[in-house]
Amino acid sequence: MSTTETVPSPEPAIGDPNAPVVSFQHVSIGFDGHSVLLDISFQARSGEMVIILGPAGGGKSILLKLANGLIPPDAGRVLLFGKDINKLTQEEMFEFRSHIGMVFQESALFDSLSVRDNVAYRLLEERDDPEDVNRRVTESLKFVELEHAIDKFPAELSGGMRRRVAIARAIITQPSLLLYDSPTGGLDPITSTTIIELVMKQRDVYESTALLVTHRLQDAFTLATHRFNMKTNQMERIENDGVDPNTTLMVLKEGHIAFTGSLVDLLRSKDPYIQEYLA
Amino acid sequence: MEIGEFLREKVMAVQEYSLLSWTAMTNIFRRPFYWVDLYTQADLIGVGSAPIVILTGFFTGGVLALNSASTLAQFGAKAVTGTLVSLSMIKELGPVLTGLMVSGRNASGMASELGSMQVTEQIDAMRALGVDPLKKLVTPRVLSTIIMLVFLTIISDALGTLGGGWISSTMGINLSQYFHSAYQALRYPDVLEGLVKPLLFGFIIATVGCYFGMSTRGGTQGVGRSTTQAVVVSSVLIIFSDFLISQLTIGLFGR
Ligand SMILES: Nc1ncnc2c1ncn2[C@@H]1O[C@H](COP(=O)(O)OP(=O)(O)O)[C@@H](O)[C@H]1O
Ligand SMILES: [Mg+2]
Repeated sequence: MSTTETVPSPEPAIGDPNAPVVSFQHVSIGFDGHSVLLDISFQARSGEMVIILGPAGGGKSILLKLANGLIPPDAGRVLLFGKDINKLTQEEMFEFRSHIGMVFQESALFDSLSVRDNVAYRLLEERDDPEDVNRRVTESLKFVELEHAIDKFPAELSGGMRRRVAIARAIITQPSLLLYDSPTGGLDPITSTTIIELVMKQRDVYESTALLVTHRLQDAFTLATHRFNMKTNQMERIENDGVDPNTTLMVLKEGHIAFTGSLVDLLRSKDPYIQEYLA
Repeated sequence: MEIGEFLREKVMAVQEYSLLSWTAMTNIFRRPFYWVDLYTQADLIGVGSAPIVILTGFFTGGVLALNSASTLAQFGAKAVTGTLVSLSMIKELGPVLTGLMVSGRNASGMASELGSMQVTEQIDAMRALGVDPLKKLVTPRVLSTIIMLVFLTIISDALGTLGGGWISSTMGINLSQYFHSAYQALRYPDVLEGLVKPLLFGFIIATVGCYFGMSTRGGTQGVGRSTTQAVVVSSVLIIFSDFLISQLTIGLFGR
């Protein structure tokens, strides 16, 4: 299977093309009086992948929902493509979201719809030409190697397949920003590797910006030390123990950012929390 | 739980419910409008509930005739059985019983369906995919419940009157006399009252069902809780608002 000939041109960027794709400025949020995220500031430039690590219940999913404007921050600002999302109207927000793809923690497929309709959801909403929709659905499913499951329903799929359909659904419009919420959560190690390989393929083939949340350190290691080879259609280690320059790691600890930097920096960190985390 | 906290929570809930209901209604005039979903829901609510509405309507009319005919016989007024059955059916029992039946069937259905979608993040996914769940899920449900409940109530009224006739005929009342008195009894305000009620009840059923569905928290357990609450709250609201409307029509029309 050849990936190169099915690369569609990416969506035209919106907002300020020079601004970071996502930017959190002193963002805080809490529920029922206890805070989940406290004064979080970071950004992702175009083409960058930020991997967010942290313990379960540490607010990783909340962070992604903030980045998609699904929930508003209690304090601080979230900027998407240079625009403060709190200042957008409901309509503008929906328009903005067409440039963002999100893969939810438990896939969140619509269980009343077939795989085809799930993947095509956004296109059907925009009432695109049916032939074009079919072509793009097939293309997107081909990317995740699930063309054969097009007529199945979510209940008939395994956890790993569901996750792949969720990825296909998120990337169908080739969004400028991708948000992955624990894409390997609840999967066995082999399936997890397949999913990480897909995420890497998306990163290296389309060079899209992404935030990826995971509690598995191994996911972060694999993504930082490997690249996708389009000729062999497989991931491979970056030579000389190198790391991917566009992949940044971020560690959350009790609502704060305990670390940001490359994998090399992480391994060198003297911070006791990080050392304990790595151990 | 502290009483102040409890009250604050309830006030917030009422506020959220009002906002949802208001948005659901104003969405009728906003693009896009999901016709397919309206049609699917109308089919689910209307056709799906028809059998139970027919059955309850028929036997309610029957039991009304049974009770009133035997009481009226003591005063030698068996002939006005039709009047009693049709007035009670059309003004009160048709709308209320249909409302309660549809509430048990559809308010719970909506709460559990939207509730499961909420806890599995499908609602978030919908928003993330650029679709407003209020437009796609809530508005079609509210509109189709209102429309279908009117038709179901008319069916229930008709079947109730028929059921009353059937029982009356077994009790030696002349059928044409029964239907004549049933028809003669009705005045314009009675029919109006009988048609305004399902409009409001339909609105209550769908908005309460959707509200509890959309505000579900806490996994599958939460879905069960929402479902029960939706049925309880919508049933109580139906009976309470029925009382208010009856009061109002007596105030306005004197009957
Ligand atoms: N809608 C909500 N209402 C109340 N608390 C919430 C809500 N969503 C998340 N939380 C709380 O926020 C914290 C972080 O949740 P989450 O972001 O899902 O963690 P994770 O890092 O595992 O993804 C948890 O303690 C959770 O209980
Ligand atoms: Mg999570």
